[in-house]
Amino acid sequence: MHRMGCLATLLLACGTSFASSVPQPAQRGEEVLVSDNAVGRYGGSLVVAQRSEPKTLNPVTAADAPSREVIGRLTADLIHINRASQQTEPALAKSWTISKDGRQFTVKLRHGLRFSDGSAFDAEDVVFSFKAYLDEKVHSPQRDLLIVGGKPIEVQEVDAYTVRFTLAQPYAAAERIFDGLAMMPRHLVERAYKEDKFAQVWTLTTAPSEIAGMGPFRLKEYAPGQKLVLERNPYYWKVDGSKNRLPYLDELVFLFVGNEDAQTIRFQAGDTDIISRFSAENYALLSKEAASRGTELIDLGPSLEYNFLVFNLNDLSPKNLGKIAAKQGWFQDLKFRLAVSSAIDRQGIVKLVYAGRGAPLWGNVSPSNKFWVDQTLPHPPRSLDKARELLKSAGFSWRNDGRLVDRQGQAVEFSIIASSSNAQRSKMATIIQDDLSQLGMDVHVVPLEFRAVVDRVFNTYDYEASIMGLGGGDADPNPEMNVWLSNGGTHLWHLGETKPATDWEAQIDQLMQKQLVQLKYKERKHLYDQVQEIIAANVPYVFIATPNILVGAKKKIGNFKPAILDPNTLWNVEQLYFLPGSPP
Amino acid sequence: MMARHKILAAVVLLVTLHLAILFAGFVAPADPVVQNRDFPFAPPTRLHFVDLRGHLHLRPFVYQWTPRPDAFNEYEESRDREYPLQFFVSGAAYRVAGLVPSRVHLFGVDAPAQIFLAGTDSYGRDQFSRILSGGQISVAAGILATLISLVLGTLIGGVAGFWGKWIDESAMRFAELFMVLPWLYVLFGVRAFLPLHLSSVQTFLLLIAVIGTIGWARPARLIRGIVLSAKNQNYVAASRGFGASNVYLLRRHVLPQTYGVLLTQAALLVPQYVLAEVTLSFFGLGLSEPTPSWGGLLATLQQYNVLVSYWWMFAPAVALAVVSLGYLSVANAFHERLQSSSS
Repeated sequence: MHRMGCLATLLLACGTSFASSVPQPAQRGEEVLVSDNAVGRYGGSLVVAQRSEPKTLNPVTAADAPSREVIGRLTADLIHINRASQQTEPALAKSWTISKDGRQFTVKLRHGLRFSDGSAFDAEDVVFSFKAYLDEKVHSPQRDLLIVGGKPIEVQEVDAYTVRFTLAQPYAAAERIFDGLAMMPRHLVERAYKEDKFAQVWTLTTAPSEIAGMGPFRLKEYAPGQKLVLERNPYYWKVDGSKNRLPYLDELVFLFVGNEDAQTIRFQAGDTDIISRFSAENYALLSKEAASRGTELIDLGPSLEYNFLVFNLNDLSPKNLGKIAAKQGWFQDLKFRLAVSSAIDRQGIVKLVYAGRGAPLWGNVSPSNKFWVDQTLPHPPRSLDKARELLKSAGFSWRNDGRLVDRQGQAVEFSIIASSSNAQRSKMATIIQDDLSQLGMDVHVVPLEFRAVVDRVFNTYDYEASIMGLGGGDADPNPEMNVWLSNGGTHLWHLGETKPATDWEAQIDQLMQKQLVQLKYKERKHLYDQVQEIIAANVPYVFIATPNILVGAKKKIGNFKPAILDPNTLWNVEQLYFLPGSPP
Repeated sequence: MMARHKILAAVVLLVTLHLAILFAGFVAPADPVVQNRDFPFAPPTRLHFVDLRGHLHLRPFVYQWTPRPDAFNEYEESRDREYPLQFFVSGAAYRVAGLVPSRVHLFGVDAPAQIFLAGTDSYGRDQFSRILSGGQISVAAGILATLISLVLGTLIGGVAGFWGKWIDESAMRFAELFMVLPWLYVLFGVRAFLPLHLSSVQTFLLLIAVIGTIGWARPARLIRGIVLSAKNQNYVAASRGFGASNVYLLRRHVLPQTYGVLLTQAALLVPQYVLAEVTLSFFGLGLSEPTPSWGGLLATLQQYNVLVSYWWMFAPAVALAVVSLGYLSVANAFHERLQSSSS
């Protein structure tokens, strides 16, 4: 009886120590990071809406955006890209040094940090985390990033607070790789890893006590179909100028609302505090009453994403896809692609699709990517005359009824597939259809479910043209390697090339590989400019436009500094607070 | 007597609407697929009778609209010049009733002014012209699908009622099976099976075939009932006694009795099938852009900002309601007539 009572007290003590999310006082020797934000005040619960539920809370295996959005708040990385400056900054790593040959990274960790369950964080956790990311059996989507020069990065523990990373070859902007690679608590998940069950850890139904991270928040409650509630990580490693441990907010709540319109309505009704990445039409709607509702809407300018029209230039089997293969003669003709590009009314698209809140594109780098955009890239205005001239010189002609025909007298007719869940891309397709009809082309728009579009473009090649969007993750050219290398996984117009199909693709391959190992920004920029010029001249993608990043928040939120990099509004969630005079 | 006026009114309204839809190219001032990219979501153009000096104009006029530079969907009238409404003007090419090429439009205004009687959509296309030519698709789909249903229903119902026995049993059980089918899901299923690359004409014919085939069961049951009671009438038995063949009996004595029911059914089914087309197009299973149909036009209302910002986007729903009510009141009249003649 007595022993039972003792056990109960012990359990109770355990329970309370975990349940308390009161910011813990700094400990001796704890190397916290002092954040330079305006000093806020504690309290309140911040509510944001998500369109869909996260699929998992496992940072190593998560691939979908909603999961990553939540996980990003639960975890932290060694070196972080500051979303406002777009430059790297120390996070869990206090500092790092690069060897002269650019192949060795020695990272010093902050001393005395603790996971959100109170247990200590050290080099063993780092080594374990990288082991998980690099393990082929785990299938981490980030694994590709950690393969440099064909070899996985080697990770070695030097001492309890020092880790050395060795790369097979020099790698430009290598410290950017670390961004978003969440450090895992070895003590909680190593057993599952050893039992080959790592992919199954940290699902949505895992008890909050079994999940711990280095992020500003930790899991409190998950209500399926409704919401996910995070509470303050009392051991978070950042403090403000007055030595107050961050974050200021008691809770961060993700409401699952289903779609963008529902997101807009919930924000309009005041149910949510912040809204991000919504359409310009809804932006216009919310702006009308922003003042009376005490909200502020911000247009951050063009995103890094690029939307484009891609023609199917894949090697097709004439057996099942003969009809499409017959049309590839047109698509492969550079003059045909140039004519299409010249006929597209990009300004009109920006106006009608993005309600003017977007930017027309002639290359893959958005004008807002100041470090990397090639300013000398030509921006030819829309010209149907030029398009007709190009088509004529490529041997096309027009029938009496105005229809465009090729040399064999075959009328030019093709279909564009676009994701039906992305209203903007379907709308672009409809405008392009109208633009190209003025050249005598008969274009059909086929809206398809998103996964069907992806399946056709990546696997079956059963499409003629498609409107897609890529990019937007990081400003650096390296994540673009996959798109431009001729054997890259998102080299959409011609997938699975074993060697470059054209000279200009071979040139791009060389330039991209060169920039990858070039450590000087100026040289890299010069190389990447050439890549952009080759792409613009050969139009493998007909670039269309990029939307502006639009966000909104209640005015009572302090330190709100939205950025064009993902996550646009919550990247500094630990600094957000409710201004005095407003009920939290 | 009162009822008679109402029916007359309904018939006149229906005939007018159908003529307007049939001659959409002539009645509509613009080409329904032409995009005016400077005028997305322009509200209906105002018709003026009184100018700035206070003079009354018998011929209504419009002002030119110009987009406000700071907003994508706001416009103002520039009142420096009046553009009177012109009749029988030359404009975009079209085909009268889909056959004869022509350029004459019922009304219009001189360029650069434009007239959007029911505003414009998100691409700046004239909503009024789109409603009319969308009606061609939606109403034609309704009427043709009704024909299919009634022909199938008469055939199956007539055969089942006249010959009876196992034919009747199996046909009617089969009909019941069709009636309990959740037709919307069946339509989704059927559409999903079909290839994606369908031309507008193919899609249209498929829609009609699918909608029409699914709805044969109810008319078939009604026809069967009438045939069943008609074939046992004394004069039919007498005719049979004189040696009349089955086909003769059906044609001469039995089927004529079903005409009243068929007409009523037709008037009931047409609006129902127009709605079916609208539903399918609303869910993106109908004709694809840029061909308008009422369901496709209404589909833009799925977007919250359109729903709350642009009231003129509801106009196709008004057209739909008027057509449906017109048909239903005609159906009602037929029904009353049948009842009074049978009592």
